[in-house]
Amino acid sequence: MILDVIMKDVLGSPAILIGLFALIGLVIQKKDISDIISGTLKTVMGFVILGAGAGVIVKSLAVFGSMFDFAFGISGVIPNNEAIVAVAQKTLGKETALIMLFGMIVNIIIARYSKFKYIFLTGHHTLFMACLISAILSVSGMTGVSLIVFGSMVLGTLMVLSPAMLQKYTKEITGSDDLALGHFGSFGYFLSAKIGEVIGNKEHSTETINVPKKLGFLRDTSVSISLTMTLLYFIVALFAGKEFIETEISGGSNYLVFSFIQAIEFAAGVYIVLAGVRMLIAEIVPAFKGIADKVVPNAKPALDCPAIFPFAPNAVIIGFLSSFVAGLISIFILPAMSLAVIVPGLIPHFFTGAAAGVYGNATGGRKGAIVGAFVNGIAISFLPALLLPSLSAIGFSGSTFGDADFGVVGLVLSNAGNTSLTILYGVIILFTALPFILSIGKKKVVAEV
Amino acid sequence: MKILVMCGNGLGSSFMMEINVKKALKELGKVADVDHTDLASATSREADIYIATEDIMANFNKEGVKKVALKNIMDLTELKEKLSQHL
Repeated sequence: MILDVIMKDVLGSPAILIGLFALIGLVIQKKDISDIISGTLKTVMGFVILGAGAGVIVKSLAVFGSMFDFAFGISGVIPNNEAIVAVAQKTLGKETALIMLFGMIVNIIIARYSKFKYIFLTGHHTLFMACLISAILSVSGMTGVSLIVFGSMVLGTLMVLSPAMLQKYTKEITGSDDLALGHFGSFGYFLSAKIGEVIGNKEHSTETINVPKKLGFLRDTSVSISLTMTLLYFIVALFAGKEFIETEISGGSNYLVFSFIQAIEFAAGVYIVLAGVRMLIAEIVPAFKGIADKVVPNAKPALDCPAIFPFAPNAVIIGFLSSFVAGLISIFILPAMSLAVIVPGLIPHFFTGAAAGVYGNATGGRKGAIVGAFVNGIAISFLPALLLPSLSAIGFSGSTFGDADFGVVGLVLSNAGNTSLTILYGVIILFTALPFILSIGKKKVVAEV
Repeated sequence: MKILVMCGNGLGSSFMMEINVKKALKELGKVADVDHTDLASATSREADIYIATEDIMANFNKEGVKKVALKNIMDLTELKEKLSQHL
């Protein structure tokens, strides 16, 4: 009886599960009773807030979807990590929470025993990736313990290899080796840096030109989401027409006013989800960092992408604009390839475009920043479109993951899973072994020298 | 005393800075209540000192408060130097 309650109701509700992690983390850190109580409660509450925000976002997205459908006769998708993760918590909450926790443990183990000493501290991206992995693996037929074990292996390995892949360039940007980039847009940044190397000249840096600083206000997420969504809703509303909206959707209220409110509702939903995520990770990340610092000598923190923005502020603006233009152009190419239209959002294009610009600039100056960020913009338009069919199998529609790595990881896993489950297991085991294999090679070389 | 650390999303960078601010306070032997948030929420939240990177601080328009603008979010020396002027 009691066991049943523990297994089903306690460990089965993600909010309590994730609250337990926080509780354990706080106890391990020997915090005061008052800190333990408030930290645990806030973590549980963060999860509940996340779900509440999801409701708001989903409502607004549904309106956008039907307007877009009517206007253009094709479906348009807005990639938003917060939206999709919040929705997924209803069906895959427990799996996501467990993969997140054990993924962090795998990260610590790999950092401890391989040459890659990266500790991935961008908690919200860990959560998003845990969600993607649990979704894709469960579609492939994994369940229960094997889903958690293999999911955690993928997540933990990504948490180490993604910063490692970029470190050569991150070092160039920051001028030191103490900081790494922990952001699951890394595939786009890597491409950008490579392209910069080939076509550009890093001597012609973006930082020698005068760029107006006016676009800095877009760093404020609430402003930039409200702004993009209002524009998008207005454009779609004009195409869908006054009559359709006022008779079918808005219940008689003016179609433009209605669209404006819907846009702000979407932005408000994202704001709520962000507040939830903030509370959710506030206790877990310091615990993770605390444990990692004790267990892993010379651990290198891998941080969220804005960490590198102050090193090249011009590249940030140039990268964003270039990436966004690529997103706009993609709108016209995607339907021609019979893919869903990915509506470019300011958020993914701002954050990942900017980071791609900084990486492109580090290797190829202005040319590298412009072309590298442009390629990133193409990548974050096509990858989500390609990923969409794999996600719709479990009922996610209307939104998808934004950043490049989610697309790459999702596509690789789902293609391996479509071939056979054995191949998927094989791919995951090999992937997890990769940091260790690379370490052995390196050690031998060092020994010979 | 209350210190509020800000970044665009209020998730990643500000959180890392908060951890560093706590470390800096400990090393300086000071006590303060530290929290992190996004730029939009920060305007309506009361604090004695606001901390952010230079680019974020340029967009923070609250008047008459103490502000600390950082170049490198992980540079503890820079943080301690700038923060101690306000403590």
